[in-house]
Amino acid sequence: MKFKPLLILPLFVVTVMFAVFGYALVTGVDPKAVPSALTGKSLPDFKLSDLVDNKQFLTRSDIIGEPMLVNIWATWCTSCKYEHPVLNSLAASGVKIIGINYKDDRELAMNWLRDYADPYDVNIFDPNGELGFDLGVTGAPETFFVDSNGQVQHRYQGPITDKIWENQLKAIFDEMV
Amino acid sequence: MKWYNQLVRCLMFAATCALAVQATANEVLTFDSDELRDRYTELTFQLRCPKCQNQNVADSNAPISEDIRLKTYEMLHQGYTDQEIIDFMIDRYTEFVTYKPQMSLVTIWLWVLPITCLVIGMLILFRLTKRNKQNENPALTEEESARLKALLEEKS
Repeated sequence: MKFKPLLILPLFVVTVMFAVFGYALVTGVDPKAVPSALTGKSLPDFKLSDLVDNKQFLTRSDIIGEPMLVNIWATWCTSCKYEHPVLNSLAASGVKIIGINYKDDRELAMNWLRDYADPYDVNIFDPNGELGFDLGVTGAPETFFVDSNGQVQHRYQGPITDKIWENQLKAIFDEMV
Repeated sequence: MKWYNQLVRCLMFAATCALAVQATANEVLTFDSDELRDRYTELTFQLRCPKCQNQNVADSNAPISEDIRLKTYEMLHQGYTDQEIIDFMIDRYTEFVTYKPQMSLVTIWLWVLPITCLVIGMLILFRLTKRNKQNENPALTEEESARLKALLEEKS
């Protein structure tokens, strides 16, 4: 019988599909991972009050200038409590952290900072989640790595732990410095 | 004591009802026109909750979905077009936020590939049938048909 290249076409297609799905399976593509629209872009503009002083308004230009972490947190968020000591030790080691108090109550938030120590340089009070929306925040905690030009370099979803910081995030932060 | 118990029960029932009404009333939206309502329904079905596993924004109770619904509602009443609203969401939540892929260099294959496959398939089919026709036994020569006729007659 004559060799018919067309006959092996289905086999070829199936092999390619196996390779693609096998790759996804082996490398563990996370279907929950949502890419950040902000990575590589400039931190959006905002005008919101300071958590501690409701007459003091903060804007984008007030906070940028140095490499920093922008951390979204709230008192209703349980993993934020878990993350808080890590932020405290990061702040102690000289990392600048700006807080965005997300959909929260001013008084509860201030009590929290008094009780569990305050790792934040300054806290932006965002009770309606407006700034959160512009940042593409889906929940708390979430942390943005912002360089000295106000460009977002990385976004991390979920609580930062010591291990994750050492293995993954420290390198990203050090690159911005 | 019995009347007292019943009274408490009634009050509790009333309170539960009131709570339930309040909970649903949280998101009763009024639209300026039926057209806006239809567009709202369409958009919230097409937008995908960024926090959930495969749920649209209309269907989800996640706080972020509430925010997206509210923003959609506001923007509709401010006169934005559907595409502008979708672009606004994509700017913040990436392409993940819409079920309907936007046409771009990366996604163009979703439209091009099926058509290409169809065309290639038809070409293959065409060629195969053509080849089969060529392979068919050529018609009998005059000599052969005469012989065939003779053979057939001989038998009958």
